[in-house]
Amino acid sequence: MKLHEYRSKQLFSKYGIPIPRGQVAMTAHEAKAIARELGGPVVIKAQVLVGGRGKAGGIRLVHTPEEAEEAATQVLGMKINGLPVRKVLVDEAAEIRSELYLGVTNDRAIRSPVMMASAEGGVDIEEVARTHPDKIVRTYIDPLLGFQDHQARYLAVAIELARDHWRDFINIACGLYRAYTSSDATLAEINPLVITGDNRLLALDGKMVLDDNALYRHSDLAEMWDVDEEEAIEREARRFGLSYVKLDGSIGCMVNGAGLAMATMDVVKLYGGEPANFLDIGGGAGADKVSAALQLILKDPDVKVVMFNIFGGITRCDEVARGILATLEEIETDLPMVARLVGTNEEEGQRLLAEADLVIAASLVDAAEKAIALAGKGPSK
Amino acid sequence: MSILINKNTRLIVQGITGREGIFHTSRMLAYGTQVVAGVTPGKGGEWVLDGKVPVFDTVHRAVEITGANASVIFVPARFASDAILEASDAGVPLMVCITEGIPIQDMMRVRRFLDQNGVRLVGPNSPGLLTPGECKAGIIPGHITEPGNVGVVSRSGTLTYEVLYALKMEGIGVSTCVGIGGDPINGTSFIDILGMFEADPHTEKIVIIGEIGGRDEEFAAEYISDRMTKQVVAFIAGRTAPPGKRMGHAGAIVEGGTGLAMDKINSLEAVGAAIAEYPEKIPELLK
Repeated sequence: MKLHEYRSKQLFSKYGIPIPRGQVAMTAHEAKAIARELGGPVVIKAQVLVGGRGKAGGIRLVHTPEEAEEAATQVLGMKINGLPVRKVLVDEAAEIRSELYLGVTNDRAIRSPVMMASAEGGVDIEEVARTHPDKIVRTYIDPLLGFQDHQARYLAVAIELARDHWRDFINIACGLYRAYTSSDATLAEINPLVITGDNRLLALDGKMVLDDNALYRHSDLAEMWDVDEEEAIEREARRFGLSYVKLDGSIGCMVNGAGLAMATMDVVKLYGGEPANFLDIGGGAGADKVSAALQLILKDPDVKVVMFNIFGGITRCDEVARGILATLEEIETDLPMVARLVGTNEEEGQRLLAEADLVIAASLVDAAEKAIALAGKGPSK
Repeated sequence: MSILINKNTRLIVQGITGREGIFHTSRMLAYGTQVVAGVTPGKGGEWVLDGKVPVFDTVHRAVEITGANASVIFVPARFASDAILEASDAGVPLMVCITEGIPIQDMMRVRRFLDQNGVRLVGPNSPGLLTPGECKAGIIPGHITEPGNVGVVSRSGTLTYEVLYALKMEGIGVSTCVGIGGDPINGTSFIDILGMFEADPHTEKIVIIGEIGGRDEEFAAEYISDRMTKQVVAFIAGRTAPPGKRMGHAGAIVEGGTGLAMDKINSLEAVGAAIAEYPEKIPELLK
């Protein structure tokens, strides 16, 4: 789960990291009032969970409350990379002398948190990592000991930060690590961390991504879930305990197990088809869950054929078949369907589906080939 | 023969009285596994499955009384890291965690602690271990594979079953099947298992089933190049997975250009591993 900039910065502030004075606004009128209260020039910043806000015109520097209202009106009506802007952050403008980067994330290979710093802040850090990997310095953190002051000094020296900023930098780095651990984040970054005209360090922009598996112990943060973060259909899938990712093809796939679902998509593609989705119904899915999954697939207008690949273990093939049949009784569809069922109660499952005129496949490859042939033909009836 | 578990393994089940715990314990017993005890805090003194398995309140007590030397964990995610640490504290040298959804920062701490104490954890988010004909610690269906000399190691569940079944259809048996789990931070990596299979005299060939996310397969390729003499066949799932999207498993995600299926396939191919284009192709490549 991603947090908006303003939420991330509020959290940073709680851990002693200096942030600009500012407030979030839902309307242009509110933005004007906030700008008036702040006095002086302000920055209007679109609060959307995608990158490229600046390039899209979602960040505006203005000098008066009236200008703030006008800019907020424009920004609040925008869509940035497909996402509607529903809120703007109105921040006091800062004079920027230089821009740094500071972030902490999980390093999978080292199995530890890693704190990263760079003197090249204010740009996409992944881009810096690609083009100038030497410009990013890292220090790995023992998850049992936590972040140490000497690690912050190491980073400060390595990015050639002036000595008079060290104390503040160490406080900010320690605060960032505390924000990261106490909210179970997978990423907490300040980009840019600026040195202001009056020689202070200030977290101008912030980003946090939280571990969805840990949200149960952060009910306050879980409430901040932004519905725009995922597509409506993916959100609906999650509600049923299904894992769904929309793709561009025409072959709708329903599979039990994530690895098998990926392998199924790969085989479809290998034989010349295009999968319409990734869909994992998980282990031990009953008829209800199967029915919910099939309804999701049928909602996608690009789907021309549905392919089931079930390897029964805890999941029973007859139960899956009943879920499919129950759905087809409720929903009119003339889409052709191919089923490959193996494992627990496969004979019963295959018999039920064959009676309902589904095409039965003997193997994964056979299923993919049959589905691709049917997708090319269009509706069967 | 086998790695990690065999007919002498004395297994306890943590979370035995839960829905999953009791169901899979009955399957493990039916397979012939020595399930010597279960643990559920507050249910010590009870017996489950028609009096076959005693339940204890703590892992310490279960180990003390039954001499268990391995544990399989079915405890819900929010209590699972505590369950792992409890088993470690009680001196259990091998733990297999089936639970999915343990917070990643918990796993970083747990893994660091276990490394310092020399304890082996397989998983979490794993289907477990199966040594055909001898012992089953987890949820891998027993009837889809037979004893043999191919070692199987995988990040996945049902995809592994698919491969085991394809092998069985071609008359190929398995020494041990290891599910290392689909989480980004786990207790055991491909290279740990490759080392064990290389050292196991009864494992002749090895199948690796990987997927997008992380660099575990790339490290496996380095290991194969440096240390392995046995033949390796690999299948990597997720060639068609879009970047930035989590594909079911917490660990199956391409992030910042890392974790692409093709990178893994290329690294493994470069060190001489045979790459299966689809799971049903694996038996042919083993011949």
